[in-house]
Amino acid sequence: MSDSQKEWPLWEVFVRGKGGLSHRHVGSVHAADAKMAIEHARDTYTRRMEGVSLWVLPSAQITASDPGEAAALFEPAEDKVYRHPTFYTIPDGVKHI
Amino acid sequence: MDALATCALRLGDDSLILGQRLGEWCGHAPALEVDLSLANVALDLIGQATHFLGLAGELEGKGRDADALAFRRDVMDFTNCLLVEQKNGDFAHTMARQFLFSNFQELHLAALAASKHERFAVIAAKAVKEVTYHSKLANDWVIRLGDGTDESRARMIAGLDWMWRFADELFVMDEIDAALGIDKTVLRPAWDQRIDAVLAEATLERSATRRAITGGRIGHHSEQLGHLLSEMQFLQRAYPGATW
Repeated sequence: MSDSQKEWPLWEVFVRGKGGLSHRHVGSVHAADAKMAIEHARDTYTRRMEGVSLWVLPSAQITASDPGEAAALFEPAEDKVYRHPTFYTIPDGVKHI
Repeated sequence: MDALATCALRLGDDSLILGQRLGEWCGHAPALEVDLSLANVALDLIGQATHFLGLAGELEGKGRDADALAFRRDVMDFTNCLLVEQKNGDFAHTMARQFLFSNFQELHLAALAASKHERFAVIAAKAVKEVTYHSKLANDWVIRLGDGTDESRARMIAGLDWMWRFADELFVMDEIDAALGIDKTVLRPAWDQRIDAVLAEATLERSATRRAITGGRIGHHSEQLGHLLSEMQFLQRAYPGATW
């Protein structure tokens, strides 16, 4: 067995905190397959009633943006405050915004 | 102790001793995630033990609480089945023990949850959800190891071969058990069916029939239980009544 096969692959874990909320990334676990990954995610991340639903996906399936391109990707947004909808007056009667 | 109190004691002792055994894995399991799995199961079991031993103490009515029963009884007074006190061995041994026990415990607690003895039923109803997960976890590992590599398969076979002789005791009935009103012998066919289904998926066969070893319920234990208790009870023995 080569070194790369000795360790279980990594899986990213997403937990839905309660009905109506979206799944949020909470961390990762090692597991041999998806079924084991769900069990490990359950035991690692939902032991204190943190969730009602779990997703796992192989970390290798994630495509990340290139940190070297961060300037080109993200900095142009810095001086475009008009993209934030903050120039409206919100009527008092509207809640939860 | 009367029969009903002893029934609570037996239920509590099974959970307590298996919980303590699984706790021995803490920091030693094959992977961090498995370490957490085993510790979670151990904590579930110790929670059940707290409830059942607390109930046993109340029914006895001599002022002993769950801690007194867990930490200030000698080995001969423990009423757990022999299966749960078996040493951890390797991971496959531990899973073989869990597999045989949790599948029994799940059926037993499910029956108990419908019992007319309400205090027992309430504890069982909560515990059966936990144990349903324990069975699933153990079943999955038996399948994974049995239908795995040559080495994992050999270890799983060896683990089951050792633990198998303690399975019959789970279903033994005496006059004390009768007080609770659940006939454990009736659970056997359902247990056999579950065990056989998992073994089939794991491409394993039942271990050759061996002479069953019993006696745990009346305090006839193996030497290993004394070692377990000496570690578990050390603090209360050395510093009686210590709290923190």
